[in-house]
Amino acid sequence: MSKLSIIIQREFMTRAQKKSFILLTIFMPFLFAAIVFVPMLLAQINDDTTKNIAVVDHTQKYFHLFEDNESYHFHTAPQFKDEFLSDTSAVEAVVVIGADLIDYPKSLKIYSRREIPMDLQSYVETELSNFVRSEKLAAHGIEGLEHIIASSETDIEAETIKRSEDGSESFSNSGVAMAVGFFFTFLIYTFVMAYGSMVMQGVMEEKTNRIMEIMVSSVKPFELMMGKIIGIALVGFAQITIWGVMLAAIIAVVNMFIGGDAETAAMASNGAMQMGATPVPEVEPNEVMSVINSLPIAELAIMFVVYFIGGYLLYASFFAAVGASINSQEDSSQFVMPVVLIMVFSLYAAMGSAENTDGPLAFYASLFPLTSPIVMMVRIPFGVPLWQELLSVVLLFGSALGMVWISGRIYRVGVLMYGKKPTVKDLIKWIRL
Amino acid sequence: MAFLEANNIHKSYTNHTALSDVSISVPKGKVFGLLGPNGAGKTTLIRIINRITMPDEGEVIFDGHPLCAEDVARIGYLPEERGLYKKNKVGEQAIYLARLKGLSHAEACARLKYWFEKFDIMPWWDKKLEELSKGMQQKVQFIITVLHEPPLLIFDEPFSGFDPVNAELLKREILELRDKGHTIIFSSHNMSSVEEVCDEIALIDQSKVVLQGHVDEVKERFCKGIYAVEGIGATPLQATPQFEILGHTQRGSLACYQIRVAEGVTGSDLARMLSTQMELRKFDLRMPTMQEIFLRVVGNKK
Repeated sequence: MSKLSIIIQREFMTRAQKKSFILLTIFMPFLFAAIVFVPMLLAQINDDTTKNIAVVDHTQKYFHLFEDNESYHFHTAPQFKDEFLSDTSAVEAVVVIGADLIDYPKSLKIYSRREIPMDLQSYVETELSNFVRSEKLAAHGIEGLEHIIASSETDIEAETIKRSEDGSESFSNSGVAMAVGFFFTFLIYTFVMAYGSMVMQGVMEEKTNRIMEIMVSSVKPFELMMGKIIGIALVGFAQITIWGVMLAAIIAVVNMFIGGDAETAAMASNGAMQMGATPVPEVEPNEVMSVINSLPIAELAIMFVVYFIGGYLLYASFFAAVGASINSQEDSSQFVMPVVLIMVFSLYAAMGSAENTDGPLAFYASLFPLTSPIVMMVRIPFGVPLWQELLSVVLLFGSALGMVWISGRIYRVGVLMYGKKPTVKDLIKWIRL
Repeated sequence: MAFLEANNIHKSYTNHTALSDVSISVPKGKVFGLLGPNGAGKTTLIRIINRITMPDEGEVIFDGHPLCAEDVARIGYLPEERGLYKKNKVGEQAIYLARLKGLSHAEACARLKYWFEKFDIMPWWDKKLEELSKGMQQKVQFIITVLHEPPLLIFDEPFSGFDPVNAELLKREILELRDKGHTIIFSSHNMSSVEEVCDEIALIDQSKVVLQGHVDEVKERFCKGIYAVEGIGATPLQATPQFEILGHTQRGSLACYQIRVAEGVTGSDLARMLSTQMELRKFDLRMPTMQEIFLRVVGNKK
């Protein structure tokens, strides 16, 4: 067995056998699933209990507007009483209408001893505004005014269709595409950051523990560096694969138990997205499925792997060089800071690009190798010309290999250097050595 | 025949000279002691031999040819500071390092088992390195150094952190390795161990070799002709032009003297002179210890 594969094997095994890694890998999909399903379950639980709402309507004009539904039972009360809000009270909330809302629109109040449910507030507000609105319109005495206004309010909604050159049409929804793009972007961002700094830690450990001194007698420094980079990448791939498989399995199992189908899950995730206040336009569940089906899934998967490898190689080899040049954790910030800034910039560039996926920012940021792995993933769901993809990948891998070479030079010298922190001048000297 | 030679090595760092015109010659199959006060340049020389650092000038001849990268695989190096993974299990990383040195997995396991049993540390196999004490870690490091049986072994301060029992064990192992034909370079401050283990020494002080040679020969050089003599005589000894008496103690009828002979007077001459005056019980040329030589050579300069 070659030495490189022995190193890769060891780097992989020591990390994959760690308790923290195993726990994180196993529980993360459950956490993920919980984020998706718990809101749905909670919503179902809420539906079961009907809450009493007392309505104190001093004008006696509005209380008939409120109709009981699954969640709320409305009853009138002549007067606001403090005991409504005591802990033992059966009343969940009190709606108080102090004066005629036509003249005093601000005289509506809702009291509760707890947080007021959003749906209750919006229900009360909608009912009352609609009523007040039609009252006001009626006061103008124009016949059929309400109909005129209603018919003039035309809600225009564009159906977005992506038409490819061969004329086939697919239903497209920029919200879902954006969410999918961001999902992959964040995946690359977090993995490159987490695993890149893992490389740095590993190199630094070997340097400060002086393991290098006994290793260089048997292995070339470049083999050591590459072994570490590749071994850690495999840990990342293993983790992503396990997460993907487990998540799929969990969704399948949960669906079986809840008795729902794919639509429920889609609805739940849609709900979760809205809970997270993501500005995703409301879409029908089966629409979501059809949009997801219409995405270039194979292209996404391939490009994800390609950009993951390229981006990781570029950043991890840089981190390896940093780990080799410094003597302690504290010294690392000087070198790591710029990288973090570039990464965060790419993330913002990705967000900006999502707004305008064919604009100049998106174009250049998805070609520039330091930002392309992150930015390009946002663009792919919207369709990117092949030449741009190829150019971006070639640039990325070209600079990644260049970085590996430079890092190899720095690593070779730095990992056996102790004492003072090297200056940039020293580093350049090491590269030329 | 010299297994390893370092010729006129110069090495300087930005603000100081670590080695200046250092030449040593390590004979094959012997233990070579590299002595010197802290900061003299011992470790720098060892790192140059290991090709961890490059000399500014001079060359290292390894087994008859200039030292090249491939030769380093034939050197086992025990660094002064622990060179092991703290968080990993002892057995696992020992196998890993052994495999990197070219042993197969099975071979590495078998040899490690042999050594672990020999050193009585089998129960540590599954412990993390950081759970072991410094001396215990040193044992593990020692095993890893010698495991692939390289012809040249370099031990930098091998006794640091060892209790007397384990130091003794290590000394025995070093001598055993020498008898098997390994060439050993070892650096130490522990002069008594140097005396017991080393065949040849080089003393480095302030980046120069100030003393080099076979241990007995070096001692001979520093021997000042002081004899410890015991005998029974009727009258006390009187100093003569040939010798002076440095000390005298009387234990019953037994007289003990410290005698220094004048230049050119041999032990035989002295014995002849003394035997006429007393019944000699003990006649002993006092050899300087390495400790004394070290202090004299290094201390003189200060």
